[in-house]
Parts: sequence; C-alpha cells; structure tokens
Amino acid sequence: MSPEKRPDILISPEGLRIDGRRIDELRPIELKVGVLKQADGSASIRQGKTYIIAAVYGPRELHPRHLTLNDRAYLRVVYRMATFSVPDRKRPAPSRREKEISMVIANALAPTIFLEEFPKAVIDVFIQVIQADGGTRCAAINAASLALADAGIPMRSLIPAVAVGKADGKLIVDLGDEEDKYGQGDVPMAIIPTTDEITLLQQDGSFTREELIEAMQMGINSCKYLHELQKEALKQSYVTKSEDGHSEDDDYEDDMETDLGESEIMEDE
Amino acid sequence: MRENQLAVYFHKREVVVPGQLLADGRYRASDGTYDTEDGKVYSALVGLAELRGNTVKVVPLEGAYLPKEGDLVIGTITIVAGNNWKVDIGGPYLASLHANNALRRPYSDDISEYMDIGDVIVAEITAFDRRSGPFLSMKGRGLRKLEGGMLLEVSPAKIPRIIGRRGSMINMIKDHLRIQTIVGQNGRIWIKAKDTETLRLAIKAIRTVEEQAHTSKLTDRINNMLEEALSSRQSEAQSMSKEGEVKETAPTSSEEPVEAETPEVPESTSDSADEEGEDSTTEGSDETAEPKEPSEGGTEETAVAEDENQPAEIIDTEEVSEE
Repeated sequence: MSPEKRPDILISPEGLRIDGRRIDELRPIELKVGVLKQADGSASIRQGKTYIIAAVYGPRELHPRHLTLNDRAYLRVVYRMATFSVPDRKRPAPSRREKEISMVIANALAPTIFLEEFPKAVIDVFIQVIQADGGTRCAAINAASLALADAGIPMRSLIPAVAVGKADGKLIVDLGDEEDKYGQGDVPMAIIPTTDEITLLQQDGSFTREELIEAMQMGINSCKYLHELQKEALKQSYVTKSEDGHSEDDDYEDDMETDLGESEIMEDE
Repeated sequence: MRENQLAVYFHKREVVVPGQLLADGRYRASDGTYDTEDGKVYSALVGLAELRGNTVKVVPLEGAYLPKEGDLVIGTITIVAGNNWKVDIGGPYLASLHANNALRRPYSDDISEYMDIGDVIVAEITAFDRRSGPFLSMKGRGLRKLEGGMLLEVSPAKIPRIIGRRGSMINMIKDHLRIQTIVGQNGRIWIKAKDTETLRLAIKAIRTVEEQAHTSKLTDRINNMLEEALSSRQSEAQSMSKEGEVKETAPTSSEEPVEAETPEVPESTSDSADEEGEDSTTEGSDETAEPKEPSEGGTEETAVAEDENQPAEIIDTEEVSEE
C-alpha cells in the first residue's frame, strides 16, 4: 500500500463522502452467525473493509480462580488485532489500546447479559480483528453480541453499535479509517434497542452540545437499523439449517405437539 | 397466531431472538424469557417460542448445561478427595458425590477402591443452588458406574428432542437397534451396542436428531432412516451369506466420521478389553458382563440385577423423560 496522505476534502460539495456514501449512510454490512465450529457461539462481521470474528466460550469454569465472582459470571472480553490487520504491521504484544477496548466492549455488553444466572463461572468472548478499517470497536460489539446469542447465553437484547463523527464540520455516521484519522471527532456508541439505554458512549474531538445531541440521535437511528440486520442474521442461521434438511416443513403446525422439547414440558406437569 | 387478540407476538414454534417481544398482557414469563414491569414478556434466548396456557417459554437451541435438581446426568470422576468424588458433568460446575450417597456402609477409608479417576457414572442431582453444589447421589434405580460402551456428547439443549415425547425418540432408536443407552440431561449419551455397525448407526441417528432438532416430523424421518439402514444391512448379510467381511452399505452411514467420535471420556483399558469380548456375543450374555464389578454398594447391585432381567433395558431413559 502506498503511504497514506490526508485527503483534501472528506466531504465533497455534493455532500458525498470519500467512499461515495451519504452522511447518514452505513457501509455495506455482512453479518454471519456460527462461523466457527469449535466455539460455543461465534459470529463474523464485515463492515466495509473491516472484518472481525468473535467467538464465545462458556459459561464455563473460571481460571484463574481468584477472579471468581460469587454472585454472577465473570465476562471476560479479549479484543485483539491481527498483525496484518493494518497497513503498518501491528506489533503482536497486547497493547494499551487493545486492553482498553476489551474493557469498553465488556462494559457495553454486560448490562444485557443475565450474568447472575451463572455465579462463579466465566463467559469468554474472544474478538479477533482480521482487517481494520475504522469502527472496529463498534463492529466488534455487533459481532460479539451475536456470538453470545449463538452460544445460548440468556440476554435481554442484542446490542448494536455504531460510531458517529464529524468531518469538514458535518456529522457523519459509521466512520471509515480516513474519516476517523483526519476528521474532527468520533463518538462510538452502543444501545439496548428495546429500552434505548446507552451502554457505550465515548468521544474524541470536540463537539458542541447541539452537535453531540444530534450525533447521538443519528447513532441511535443507525443502531436500530443495525439491530434489524442482527436479528435477521441470527434467525437466518437457524432457518437455513432446517431447510437443508427436508422440505416438508410446510406442515410444521400440525406436527408441533408430537416432538420437540416435550420431555421438558412434561416436567412441569 | 391463534391468540392474536391477547397480544402474543409470535407463531407457535417460531425462531425468536433475544430481546424479541413475545407477549403483552397477562402472560407469565418462564424459562428462556424475562418480563418487564409493564407486563411485557421478551425472549432471552435464541430458541423456539411456545405458549402453554398463559405461560410463555422459549426452548433453547444452544447452551451450556445448567444443573437442575432431579436431573439424571452422566459424569466422569476427576478428583477423589477424602470422602468425596468430584465429578465432571459438563457445564461450568464440578459436581460432588459424597461416599455416603454412593456406597453402602461400612466402606473402606480409601474410596478410590470403589470408583477412581476416569470412571464414568450415572447419577442424579440432589441439590443445586447459587451458593453450593451441584451435589450428586447414586442411590436409586439404574444409578451406577458404567462399564464398556461409549459416550457421545451432544448439545444439552438438544436432549429433550433426543428423548422425545415420553421417550418416543430414544425408545424407537433402541427398539430398532437393540442397544442399551442412557441419556443424561447434561448432554452425554452412553451407548452400548452388540457390534460396531449398530453403534455407528445409533450415533448417526442421534447426530441427525441433534442437527435437525428444530425441524418437525423428526421421529418419522429417523424411523425411516433406521428401517432403511437395517433392511439394506439385512439384505447385504443375506447376499454375503457369511459374516466374514460384512461391509456397511447403508446409504449414508459410511460417510459418518465415526472414528472422530470415539469416547471423549477415557474408559479404563480393562473395560475396552471386556468390550472386545462382548462384541461377538449375543445381547443376553453381554448383560451378564455387568455384575463383574460386585464391589460397589448395594444400590449398584440392585440396579444391575434389574438390568439383567431386561435385555433391551428401557428403565434409564424412562426415568429421564418422566421426571
């Protein structure tokens, strides 16, 4: 890759961004659930050039023991970037930035997970950035949330996340790498869509009060859209599984009483 | 959609995702769901939503094993500590089994004489709460140390489907293949078959149920699959007329990577030696191999004695399904 230089303008006179998007347009997003066989739950996300895989293990026994929480499970998030994920080789040692993002992601996810159902155990979330092009922490949250659901971990809701920023004085949604680097600010955020609670809100650069409020509203709108994509991806991963089996699934309704989950139901009686 | 007027927002057996609104109004949240103060019920899991009376539940499609009082589980002994065995039953928690709950007194100070690390047992969960446990007991019908056979691990969420309604699925598999099985609620299935091909077929059947757990008419499909496999095997055997090199020609079972699914839990070498011997014998005599381990407490002995009278052993799974 040729050395990067600052683009002259981030937003064209026509109001389009460097990659041709409108200011409130997300990059193309592709979510996949169940991409890893070994993990209890997994998901991948492609958002523009950003590509991230998340794997979830657990709830399982916690080692080392001294981290044990007696009233709830410990949510351990590890965010790592591959050495080849950025043009300048990323040094493989865990960096300050990776540790911080790990914590930030854990804090964003924890409020929705019913951690109290698994005291003393651990839920491990591993996030690997394969290719980074801005917005990795938000993309990571999107994928991790899906991976948690795929692992069968009880949670209040999926968590969508998106970054809103400012470039050439205009608020823009879902920053790419250049917009992030050369723009005037960046506000990554994550919400619980069912209640509109915010579980992640960071900011760098300077925003006026009005700008920040508008940025958050743009972020919430984009998150709601992302949430729809997440739900679709999750359902899709199970629907396709059943379709490749047999086609007589039309009479789904009739057969219902006879099979699935019955022994569990009987326990109630 | 039948209960539309009462504000239920899902079709029966619909695949739902966490945070999806399921019902609004006088509905009770149960397993796999949660409710909010304004009376709305949401899903907490990826699973199939169901309505029973006014109770909403979500049957999970994935998930680790969470112990429940009264569950029948299959575990591996990992630690012998004083008067306790620590048993790996899958999931996040290690279970304890006290010697008093497994052996008839008096018993020797060294309880590893009776059961040691690596032994596989069937036990019942007697207590589990957030503070302590789970605790196991082996006093009960069919609770014993397992000898021979193999362990299959499946997703614990799929166990209800593998058992089927009142044991319909597992009993159907057993009737076809004439195997012994015990299904633990923790996702472990013990299978003992008279030959390797039957074992393969059993594994294939169970794996198919696991993969297609959320589809309908599964019992019928498995039934057909087994019947087909068995009849093709029979005609094969007839055409060969000698039992020399009976090759598996059941349409798909040869593709199954059975070798990869050998027991995850190591059985002691003596067991496998036993098993080799038993493979060629008939079912009836294969039962008699069990009392070879007479040293265990009274419970085991009675359990084994009952097994002897019942070649196609059904008791264990019935216990699981009829809790």
